[in-house]
Amino acid sequence: MITRKLLLGDEAIALGAIHAGISGVYAYPGTPSTEITEYIQAHAPEVRSRWCTNEKTAMEAALGMAYAGKRALVCMKHVGMNVAADAFVNSAITGVNGGLVVLAADDPSMHSSQNEQDSRFYGKFAMIPILEPSTQQEAYDMMPYAYALSEETKLPVLMRVVTRLAHSRAGVTVREPRPQNVLHPETDRTHWVLLPANARRQYASLVGKQDSLLASSEASPYNSCKRPAATGNVAPLGVIACGIAYNYVMENCPQELGIPVLKVSQYPLPEAAIKALANECEALLIAEDGQPLVEEQVKSLLGADYPIKGRLTGDLPRMGELTPDCVGKALGVTIEQPYVQAQNVMPRPPALCQGCGHRDVYDALNKVAAEYEGARIFGDIGCYTLGALPPFRAIDSCVDMGASITMAKGAADAGLFPAIAVIGDSTFTHSGMTGLLDAINDGSNITVIISDNLTTAMTGGQDSAGTNKFEAICLGLGLAPEHVRVVVPLPKNMEEITRIIREEIEYPGVSVIIPRRECMQTLQRKLRNKK
Amino acid sequence: MKKDIILAGVGGQGILTIATIIGDAATAAGLNLKQAEVHGMSQRGGDVQSNLRLSTELIHSDLIKQGATDLIISMEPMEALRYIPYINKEAWVITSSHPFKNIPNYPEEEALMKELENLPHVAALPIEDVAKENNLPKSANVILLGMAARYIDILSPEQLRESITRVFASKGDKVVEANLKAFDLGLEAVK
Repeated sequence: MITRKLLLGDEAIALGAIHAGISGVYAYPGTPSTEITEYIQAHAPEVRSRWCTNEKTAMEAALGMAYAGKRALVCMKHVGMNVAADAFVNSAITGVNGGLVVLAADDPSMHSSQNEQDSRFYGKFAMIPILEPSTQQEAYDMMPYAYALSEETKLPVLMRVVTRLAHSRAGVTVREPRPQNVLHPETDRTHWVLLPANARRQYASLVGKQDSLLASSEASPYNSCKRPAATGNVAPLGVIACGIAYNYVMENCPQELGIPVLKVSQYPLPEAAIKALANECEALLIAEDGQPLVEEQVKSLLGADYPIKGRLTGDLPRMGELTPDCVGKALGVTIEQPYVQAQNVMPRPPALCQGCGHRDVYDALNKVAAEYEGARIFGDIGCYTLGALPPFRAIDSCVDMGASITMAKGAADAGLFPAIAVIGDSTFTHSGMTGLLDAINDGSNITVIISDNLTTAMTGGQDSAGTNKFEAICLGLGLAPEHVRVVVPLPKNMEEITRIIREEIEYPGVSVIIPRRECMQTLQRKLRNKK
Repeated sequence: MKKDIILAGVGGQGILTIATIIGDAATAAGLNLKQAEVHGMSQRGGDVQSNLRLSTELIHSDLIKQGATDLIISMEPMEALRYIPYINKEAWVITSSHPFKNIPNYPEEEALMKELENLPHVAALPIEDVAKENNLPKSANVILLGMAARYIDILSPEQLRESITRVFASKGDKVVEANLKAFDLGLEAVK
């Protein structure tokens, strides 16, 4: 039966994966990818799905499921690709047995991120097929296509989306689900035991597959050229539009402007189609959301003399997400804008919720830190990063998952005192534990605050891997029991909390303070559901 | 025929509920729809908006072009002003007149309302007060939808009422009735 549903891009990916017969989804929450796993958890009890500790454990578990012959999905935000990279790149060397799709959700304009790295570089680097849908319908349709491609090429497939597709809704026509694969574990060990001799053979096999991957792109239903009614002349401009950028190009009616458009949604780049388009045009505009990956490749494909316009030439902005406006401008379309920016508008940045325990943690830290001239507070990734903004202005750094502890260690090694780390519960289990072990083994003089709100709050309240285990983890890593302190972050406990922070700063070694109180958002949701 | 709408407000004010109702009505009417939402960090009390595009034709972009928006529906007056560069000459701005002040440098209220009222097509009401007076404390956003209903005109008020019935059905008859009442209050207020 064919039905039509209104779905977010993320939900379309999720439903596409369910209907493609996946047996498991593995993920750590990260905006804008979170809703994929949430949708599968809510709608497909037959699919194995529990939040993972980090993107690397997720990637490896998905690879294990593919090893066993079943179809697996692993989802992450773009910076999660950095965490998963070791397993990801090597999964292209081992290849897969059951289909494996790696979903990376990029965040151009950094709506909720620390950078706007473009995951397509990872796909090119690993030498595997990349899919980049432009619509919610394509996102859905591409999932069965991706799994078939993965099982046919015996390679993982990278699917790349951007925030604007992940978090935009549209009608999607859905089809009958396909059953899951049966268990059929890999039997050839030489593919999977990446000793140098095997790895060299496997890498040669991956290199050998590149021609067929190119052929697959050239023939892909997702790469196609729309030409305006034939005029017989050479067009002054043609466009290569990648993924969602295709929508922004089409919004500006290129057909009416006599501009041919090559849509690219499968990589490696379809070289023959690009050369054919170049022959019909005097210049090419490359419209791609993210970094100028295609622009650089097309330059080398067509030679230095062929005029290419894009992000590198300033025809499109060098950074930030594309919009129908900036793409229109690059196509020579003028916009009519009756009103300019209003006078009485101020920025409204997000803030920690009223009643949030992180607020009390920062109040206490600010009080104590003011007593030490050289104090630095190394922050981390989560809601509590908002402690950087007024009224707290409490943290001195926020770099990547887990960096609070290890940066505090390095700074303390250099002689900085007091070096204080603030990390959330979920971030601690994601990437903080290993750094804490380094600090304990080295006897570093740092004070670590694990601000535990019993959930992964920033992304909407998913389970946190370490809930109820933090004292045990700290003791297991070798911390002295008297330097693992638990407090309840409430204004009425301020005196006790500041006293404990002072005591542990004065202790010349590693200490951990765990302020623990449930997230206001998850608490309120529980109370509402009880009613 | 097309209708490009920007829904605006502060994280937590319920603009996505308005989007859900319009989206449901549009889907039932067989219209094409694209709706870009804001998830993530801004939902913690920051400014949020949603681009909602309805059309009888194929819609390409998830984002509306500057100068092309037909209607702003805003839960907060300063948030309505934020998207003025996106509206066309004929556009209507339907907004709550009640400021939500969670920043220290919120503009002077009188100047803000004056700038808003200088636009040719504006309807502003203190919807929170109207909701309280009518004992509908949770339905201020649906009052606002009612105020906007005549200007959504690619859908009829009746189609939106039917959608309210469907969207709130799982919460019981009382909630459905309260929201229908809220919708009608808004609809009548901007005759």
